[in-house]
Amino acid sequence: MIDFELEPQVLSRLQMYHAVSEHMMRPISRDCDEHEHTKPTQFYESMWSASAASDIQVGNDKSKKPDAGAAAPRRANLLSVLSTEELCWGDAGLYLSTPNSGLGGAAVMAAGTPEQKERFLKRFKEGKPKWGAMAITEPGFGSDSSAVTTTATRDGDHWVINGTKIFCTAGEMAAEKSEGFVVVWATVDKSAGRPGIKPFVVEHNTSGMQVVRVENKLGIRASDTAAIVFDNCRIPLDHLLGSAEVRKEGGFKDVMATFDATRPIVAAMAIGVGRAALDFVREFLKQQNVPVRYGVSPRRLTAVERDFMEMEVQLQAARLLTWRAAWMLDTGKRNSLEASMAKAKAGLAVTLITQKAVELLGPLGYSRKILVEKWMRDAKINDIFEGTQQINMIIIGRRILNYSSKELN
Amino acid sequence: MIDFELSEEQQMIRDSVGAFAREEIRPAARPADESGAIPAALIAKAWQFGFVSGAIPEKFGGGGDARSAVTGAIVAEELGFGDVSIGLHVLAPRLFAFPILEMGTDEQRAKYLKRFAGADFAAATAAVMEPRFDFDLSAQQVSAKRDGAGYILNGGKCYVPLAAESDSILIYAATDASKGFAGVDGFIVPRGAAGVTISEREKNMGLKPLATYELTLKDCRVGADARLGGDRGIDFSRLMSESRVALAAMGVGVMNAAFEYARDYAKERKAFGVPIATKQAIAFILADMAIEIDAARLLLWEAAYELDKGRDALKASYLAKNYVAQSALKVTDNGVQVLGGHGYIREHPVEMWLRNARGFAAIEGIATV
Repeated sequence: MIDFELEPQVLSRLQMYHAVSEHMMRPISRDCDEHEHTKPTQFYESMWSASAASDIQVGNDKSKKPDAGAAAPRRANLLSVLSTEELCWGDAGLYLSTPNSGLGGAAVMAAGTPEQKERFLKRFKEGKPKWGAMAITEPGFGSDSSAVTTTATRDGDHWVINGTKIFCTAGEMAAEKSEGFVVVWATVDKSAGRPGIKPFVVEHNTSGMQVVRVENKLGIRASDTAAIVFDNCRIPLDHLLGSAEVRKEGGFKDVMATFDATRPIVAAMAIGVGRAALDFVREFLKQQNVPVRYGVSPRRLTAVERDFMEMEVQLQAARLLTWRAAWMLDTGKRNSLEASMAKAKAGLAVTLITQKAVELLGPLGYSRKILVEKWMRDAKINDIFEGTQQINMIIIGRRILNYSSKELN
Repeated sequence: MIDFELSEEQQMIRDSVGAFAREEIRPAARPADESGAIPAALIAKAWQFGFVSGAIPEKFGGGGDARSAVTGAIVAEELGFGDVSIGLHVLAPRLFAFPILEMGTDEQRAKYLKRFAGADFAAATAAVMEPRFDFDLSAQQVSAKRDGAGYILNGGKCYVPLAAESDSILIYAATDASKGFAGVDGFIVPRGAAGVTISEREKNMGLKPLATYELTLKDCRVGADARLGGDRGIDFSRLMSESRVALAAMGVGVMNAAFEYARDYAKERKAFGVPIATKQAIAFILADMAIEIDAARLLLWEAAYELDKGRDALKASYLAKNYVAQSALKVTDNGVQVLGGHGYIREHPVEMWLRNARGFAAIEGIATV
């Protein structure tokens, strides 16, 4: 039965996330943006202990139990997008830099054996703050992730990894600044194509793995984006997640399926940033006594009213598409199409919403005194990572046309 | 608790109305667009679905079904998928019956609802819009001035569907122009009442099969019992929210029609030896159409849900309807574009959908859920 209502326990849970956003993220937001590579260690500590003490979850942390406040089972994905929006309203960069198993953990959960899940993920429940990261992109490819050139070669009791990975979110924290790990995607048989690409867990500070660069970015500066070189990096055999066997089915394909869960999350990140901008503009217009008149003929609206309403409705459209994609996953429905729709819509809509917010506020919007210009910079990444706008449009195109990747590429 | 699943009943309604729209309304759409006439047999058949009679209380001979804006939106979308004009014609009696059902006095309900419970299509309508560029629902210029026990109505209306064949017309007018939506009331006026002039049928860019009329009121006197809801009046804002949801849903139906047609065409039509759908330039247009359809539908469902919860859905329905007015234009325009030169030829329906879709920016209040 169609229902758009969030129940009281979910709402009170979201209030808690909102408080984290408001009191722990916003106060350091500007500072973390201005000092890109300075780590907010106090924030990390607070988030880590908050996560241990309660069941506050940040990010795609599948190593923990589903949100206890959720009550009903199979709501994990919906609750995930809701909490993500709430936290990215605070700061999207800090959200991404929060210590947890991250995308590395997601890969372990997707491809690992039960023993591997236990072995690699239990660290996130104890001790000091830790990060998990995933390394897939290389200098020579981005969207066509089957073009992996990093190799993993069997040598006795070890795999030897060689290659260069870039755009690895939280890579520095996972590889060198905590007792975390990096899941690196490498091919065990280049001639086999996609089925030959496997995920390997490389522990922090493993000899042969080196962070060679942390990128300077347009936005989400609180989050480190690392370039990592693997030079004869030796890891134990049982660090290969899942089976070493090169099969036609499974493996890489399963990993692509994790996008079904992560794309709605990225859409929700965008929506959080967009809502921050929208809330700011709404409050500003109110202070300036600029009315926004719902219900009057669109032909009688001012340009500002039209712009504001357009921002508002685009954000809500993106939000509903995102909720639907998450809900489908929770109810066991295949959602690749809907996940890409949510991601494509939210990425673009919020890019435009935040750009419009800067415009509407005039000189104030362009100034670094307030956060609106930062949100415009932060927003843009959501139309790029976890599949660019264009990649998602191709996926949608294939689904609606019933085309294979050979027919539409 | 968030849920995007239709109930079993809603799925059945969607499937049966959808099949009717696809198999019977659609083939009639182009001939109706050319001739301006809808076959009476088709209207009679649509009536059998009980879009109006189903909601009439059992004591007046109707189906006594509970009204749901979400279900109404599902029906409106399917009818819009078949043809907006035919859909608007079929649903037009609701414009008169549903406000009386929802907000009328006991006397008004007893007097007027029975006629909608029968087996035959009962034409009826409402006059909402006015022929001005700055027409605004909340600033009606048609006035109703108190005159002794009754009212005197003055002013001009337009886009009144089926006005020439309806026995009575529900005419909205400002009783207090300073109060916005709250100052608007409805008046049940017999078509032949003194002071009511119905002019020639309007000629529009699209929605051609739908017979609409201008209507002029010159010192039209009605009794106090003509005022919808009697002394307590009506919630005009809510009626218009219901209308926005219905129109938005029909808009999504048109968008879906254009999308399906363009998609199928693009898979058949070849250029440079391959189907044009295999080109990103075309596939991306189709993907964008698909996103906009789903986005628009979810927005209007949310507004419908608010209505069903009895809440004020002004903002949600307003934003959803305006969204559809823009996106339906964009999507149907893309429908023409994907077909290229063929899209411009009246042999294909896409140009008709573009003309019909542009109407959503102009029309208000001529459908309801």
